[in-house]
Amino acid sequence: MIKYFIRRLLQLVVVAFIISVLVFLLVHLLPGDPSVIILGPNDTAHNRAVLFQQLGLNKPLVQQYFTWLTAVFHGNLGQSYLNHESVRHIISTGWPIDLELIIISQVIAFGVAIPLALVTARRPNQPFDNVATTGTFGMLALPPFVIAPILVAVFAVGLHWFPATGYVPFSQEPGTNLHDMILPSLAITAGSIAVYYRLFRSDLISTLQEDFITMARSKGMSSRRIMWRHAFRPSSFSLLAAAGVNIGALIAGTFIVEYLFALNGLGFSLVAAVNQRDYLVVQGITLVVAIVYVVLQFIIDFVFTLVDPRVTRG
Amino acid sequence: MPDDSELTATRASSQLLADQVPGLAALDELVVSRQSETLESDDILVRKPLGLLFWFAIGWVGLVILLALIANLLPLPNPDFQNYAAINAPPSLHHLLGTDELGRDLLSRLIFGARVSLVVGFGSVLIGMVVGGTLGLVSGYKGGRLDVVLNAGSFVLLAFPAIVAVIAIVAFWGQSLLKITLIIGIASIPVLYRVVRASSLSFANRDFVTAAKTMGAGSTRVVFREILPNVVPAAVTFGLIAVATVIVLEGSLAFLGLSVPLPTPSWGNMIAEGSSNNNLQVNPYIMMWPVLAMFLLLLSINLIGDRLRQRFDIREGLL
Repeated sequence: MIKYFIRRLLQLVVVAFIISVLVFLLVHLLPGDPSVIILGPNDTAHNRAVLFQQLGLNKPLVQQYFTWLTAVFHGNLGQSYLNHESVRHIISTGWPIDLELIIISQVIAFGVAIPLALVTARRPNQPFDNVATTGTFGMLALPPFVIAPILVAVFAVGLHWFPATGYVPFSQEPGTNLHDMILPSLAITAGSIAVYYRLFRSDLISTLQEDFITMARSKGMSSRRIMWRHAFRPSSFSLLAAAGVNIGALIAGTFIVEYLFALNGLGFSLVAAVNQRDYLVVQGITLVVAIVYVVLQFIIDFVFTLVDPRVTRG
Repeated sequence: MPDDSELTATRASSQLLADQVPGLAALDELVVSRQSETLESDDILVRKPLGLLFWFAIGWVGLVILLALIANLLPLPNPDFQNYAAINAPPSLHHLLGTDELGRDLLSRLIFGARVSLVVGFGSVLIGMVVGGTLGLVSGYKGGRLDVVLNAGSFVLLAFPAIVAVIAIVAFWGQSLLKITLIIGIASIPVLYRVVRASSLSFANRDFVTAAKTMGAGSTRVVFREILPNVVPAAVTFGLIAVATVIVLEGSLAFLGLSVPLPTPSWGNMIAEGSSNNNLQVNPYIMMWPVLAMFLLLLSINLIGDRLRQRFDIREGLL
């Protein structure tokens, strides 16, 4: 167990290292060098020489990388050349929005998918199952940028139930905040519901055909009890794995809804930075999102070993 | 639509998860097909008919491809032509789908916009398939050090969230159609590599391969004449799913204004335009047509992929 943990941790470090190198190189593979970006309109020979000295751009690339990495470890990701806001500040104000969107959407997704699968798996290929299964197949074809405008058109513009834009931090007005976040969260939920439901349903169906379920049935155990006590856990492993893989799609989804609903999260800042060619902001956000992503994968992987001890015996 | 009997395999993947990112390991399960058993026993495959819906799906995808190909020959106004006499016009005989807030014909923009989705969708998967597929074929068959290195490399690359990587590279490199296709194509190499490798691996030690080797066939011949034909069904099926995924990725980029720049129409930027300002109140058609077209295209591709998977009996795993 501990040996396995250490091996996975080493892999994590290697992947994080490679990510940092690639993200570092992004800026350096540009035509010219980073000074062009940082100086922007102040690109005079004198300023350039000073900056080169400051940033150590005249040193070898490897040394520059380690200087940059040391700064990153001290929480210094550089600053926006437009308004000199530090990248660290942009990220620290942005991430709670992404996190909240993802949490709300996942609560809804699991809340819908799991009970639905528990119901339909008991009687597969009956009318209700067919409706649910066909419906979720359709939801697979509704990425956030397709469903979000529909939700806005119906619930914000048409029915006026929710605002089309606007954000109040949860710490200030929890009620308003949740109300504002429902529509954007729903927009990234469809895909998750479809994936979780379909996976959990088919895993439940195959679990229900196993001998230990027949055994439980012949002991006279009730269907409900069999579902919760015996079928649920062995069927939930691939659900967990799917949730891990799904994080990538969720990140993409938050970018879309932040853009549409004007929520000032990481995706919104990233897209704005790309459009304004604010390269250090792009670099900083890319680095942080990629690192958080691999760390989350690592954690989910580790949770796996707790739920299913067979994993460590590889 | 899913076959229930097939999915026991997903849980068997726990062993594989030992070393690897969860879920990604299940990619290896994807392609472990029951073909091997059924073909060796002398059962005749009982084939489910593909069904009417399948042909509707083929029809829609075919229609979109055809219209995009002959867009220049169709009697359509220029997609960028702004007719100020017909701003926000509802559907009529002159403008079958209406016009947008600048008086541009929506049908024309929809058809020309399909080109972007299709070129990026099929083009980048083709790139990924040629490079990733070839590497997967060879590394699945040969094994050894090459396989270990490529396999580890693919996991490292897959550890990157695709949208972030693509946005970052687009930001630094530029956003022409060719560049977007190349970037997404390269980004799709590791996934397609894994699918083809898993399939190739499952055929590497089969009797007919051993027979070919015994008869003196060289590696190249074995890989391309014996293994490749058997890998094709899985590759095509997952290639299709990959096309749908890429179309979603490109659509997301276009929605964010990071794909092919305006005024070139694409479904993604049409949807963004239709939902910006107060277009949703004034003229919901601008958003509605590309949303509908995109939904039907993705639904069709998913359906075709799903039916082909059932037909070829390929396991879904976790994708």
